[in-house]
Amino acid sequence: MTEAGLYCPAGGFHIDPVRPVERALITHGHADHARAGHGAVMASGETLKIMAARYGEDFAGSSEKATMGESLRMGDVEVSFHPAGHVLGSCQIRLDFSGFRIVVSGDYKRQADPTCAAFELLPCDIFITEATFGLPVFRHPKAEDEIAKLLKSLRLFPDKTHLVGAYALGKAQRVIALLRQAGYDKPIYLHGALETLCRLYEEEGVELGPLEPVGKRGKELAGEIVIAPPGQLADRWARRFGDPATALASGWMRVRARARQRGAELPLIISDHADWDDLCATVLETGAEEIWVTHGAEEALVHWCKTAGLKARPLNMIGYEDSGETAESSGA
Amino acid sequence: MRDFARLLDRLSFEPRRNAKLALLTDYFASTPDPERGLALAALTNELDFRHAKPAMLRALIGKRADPVLFALSYDFVGDLSETIALMWPKREGVNAAPPRLSEVVETLAKAGKTEVPGFVSGWLDTLDETGRWALLKLVTGGMRIGVSARLAKTAVAGLGVLSPDDVEQVWHGLKPPYEGLFAWAEGRAQKPETDDPAPFRPPMLAHPIEEADFERLDPAHFAAEWKWDGIRVQASAGRERNGALKRRLFSRSGDDISAAFPDLVDELDFDAAIDGELLVMVDGRVQSFNALQQRLNRKTVTKALMKSAPVGIRAYDLLSLDGEDLRERPFEERRDRLEGFLDRLAHPALHASPMVGFSSWEELADAREDPAQFEAGEDAAAIEGVMLKRRDAPYVPGRPKGLWFKWKRDPFLVDAVLMYAQRGHGKRSSYYSDYTFGVWREGELVPVGKAYFGFTDEELLEIDRFVRNNTLNRFGPVREVVHTKENGLVLEVAFEGIARSKRHKSGLAMRFPRVARLRWDKPPAEADRIDLLEALVNEDEKA
Repeated sequence: MTEAGLYCPAGGFHIDPVRPVERALITHGHADHARAGHGAVMASGETLKIMAARYGEDFAGSSEKATMGESLRMGDVEVSFHPAGHVLGSCQIRLDFSGFRIVVSGDYKRQADPTCAAFELLPCDIFITEATFGLPVFRHPKAEDEIAKLLKSLRLFPDKTHLVGAYALGKAQRVIALLRQAGYDKPIYLHGALETLCRLYEEEGVELGPLEPVGKRGKELAGEIVIAPPGQLADRWARRFGDPATALASGWMRVRARARQRGAELPLIISDHADWDDLCATVLETGAEEIWVTHGAEEALVHWCKTAGLKARPLNMIGYEDSGETAESSGA
Repeated sequence: MRDFARLLDRLSFEPRRNAKLALLTDYFASTPDPERGLALAALTNELDFRHAKPAMLRALIGKRADPVLFALSYDFVGDLSETIALMWPKREGVNAAPPRLSEVVETLAKAGKTEVPGFVSGWLDTLDETGRWALLKLVTGGMRIGVSARLAKTAVAGLGVLSPDDVEQVWHGLKPPYEGLFAWAEGRAQKPETDDPAPFRPPMLAHPIEEADFERLDPAHFAAEWKWDGIRVQASAGRERNGALKRRLFSRSGDDISAAFPDLVDELDFDAAIDGELLVMVDGRVQSFNALQQRLNRKTVTKALMKSAPVGIRAYDLLSLDGEDLRERPFEERRDRLEGFLDRLAHPALHASPMVGFSSWEELADAREDPAQFEAGEDAAAIEGVMLKRRDAPYVPGRPKGLWFKWKRDPFLVDAVLMYAQRGHGKRSSYYSDYTFGVWREGELVPVGKAYFGFTDEELLEIDRFVRNNTLNRFGPVREVVHTKENGLVLEVAFEGIARSKRHKSGLAMRFPRVARLRWDKPPAEADRIDLLEALVNEDEKA
């Protein structure tokens, strides 16, 4: 660990550093993991495109695309990237040094997601896991059932705009794709902040169906679905819809007080992170003897690992959002 | 149970009163007896499951979950029932149907203390997250889902053409599952027979007066009286058919609080209903709210407490006397009857609240500013302002416009420094929302109080961020934050009064402290000194 985050001395690189470093490997495009200003960046092709879309083409001194599943040598380490199932282009990073294997999970989930490649289980000796929802109160329901709640509300209140808060990278596209799977084929209206990334997803082959910008429209979108970043729900921007039904898609919606604090009348428990059961199951399935926990509810997961007979420790990472206060992880 | 759980779930996320009302009325209209009546009883807090207490729930989850994981989860969620509902482990092979609401209520009413945990955990195994949450809210009482008893009764009234006050009038003579009430509300039956000789009468409430009202209103049309800082009550008594006297004390919301005040209730030897303020009175002198506080929110009371904190009523109004309903009569007439009645009664604990004479708004403003100089004398510390009542106004339940006004004293203000913050519970859970603040004494900050409301949602986020970024130490759920002369956060705290207290480290207890403003502009060194608060206490004590 350095001030910038997780560092691999044998390979001379950081993974998801929170400060500019010479050489960075990036697991996925969320802003707390993928920051601008590093010397050299290596990530999946999709993640590099996401970073370019957010920070501009000059987001790093140089960038190199990692091919999924292919090993390459960096210093004394064999490095390979594997799907994490979190958002488009999200990866776990596997490090091999002379037969000893570490996997850095980045953020991941085990639930099915039509917008990104599924999590690949990687046996290892040390598993470095996230713990965003690392408390046994978080058991995510099926995302399809949550989408059904939204569609039911739309039938009950056909005069209301259904305004859905969903984070711009990953969650918004997943919600759209889930709506399409459920047979919703009308245009879905987007807040301006979501357009670039939705276009990027479509260019990468994720079909999202008819999308339209909200533009200057307001009350004429009664009975339609509008998707916006969570921060916009309580903003002046949302007033144009009159008295909309406000939904918010996030794993935090499992806790009532959180949903009320965010003003969600229709909390949709849809998360791009592993829930408690999946965190515990994944830890066991990797066969790792030692578990390092990066961010989230480290204490509980570390405690559980110990009760399961595993060595475990928290990494006390600073800089990754810990409890959903900011726009970035409130979409968790 | 499923429909009831769904109702509670939707209510808990619905901020709009009218939408809540629609959800409730829809539920009452579409749910059969006795389920809907039991739901109504649950929402109006009329059910009491003696053996289902938080300690029992903790024991249940203790058997099913790791205690460390439970403690961490509870700290995050901030609500015991919800934490247990969410982390309750699924049990393989359970396929019993979830219970009906009536089954839960009837079973628990009959169950002995040792049987209750078994029933509750059996039901938890059959329910989903929402169902488990609703069940635990139900059995432990205190739903806290933003639905008052009044709103639930209003929804019943909304089934037909009744008004909420119609429901209120008969309410205390009825019992769950209220089949007669629903039949009446739906126009299928006559008003249910209640021969309650000491009923609750919905109270009349005041609007805060606005600057512009003074120009509009003529002082000659109004009478003024002190607004006492106690709790508003209704003392109601009357004879049953067999001649026995029934006596009751109600809170403003219609809760029967007789059991906590037997010393007063036993003295209600009359057939009348008095509207007034409950206060602690020692040797005829009204004590501050601080003295009353120890007698509130209790189910019973000890002899020692009745002796050290005896209560009485300062009466504002007379609603009925010897079987005659006076509520249609003008205020002046009711007031005359009240004074005559209390003079005849001549009871040391029951007095008419004195009127405040005035001829202009300026004069009344002076009285409000300094009640001690306007005949309130030694009682001034228990006065929180004045009430204005139209002389010709009838007693109208609810909050009618233009008849009654309250004009509170301005709150006291102090600039204090944030010292410790704790994560909140309920609505504020997982934000740092409980603040301990201090003022300067000889170059050091001493904690003088705690505040956990008053700020806006945006301010809460700002303070929460400040706390997370400026933590010095953690003590369990409490964080100590930076509070030097140069660095720290100054809170402008408003409060209604201050008194000496042995329970607090500083020896002072504030009444109703809340965060009035965030003073990001002010360096902590410029926050107030304890002398300011000491001076206020001394003023009070002199008064």
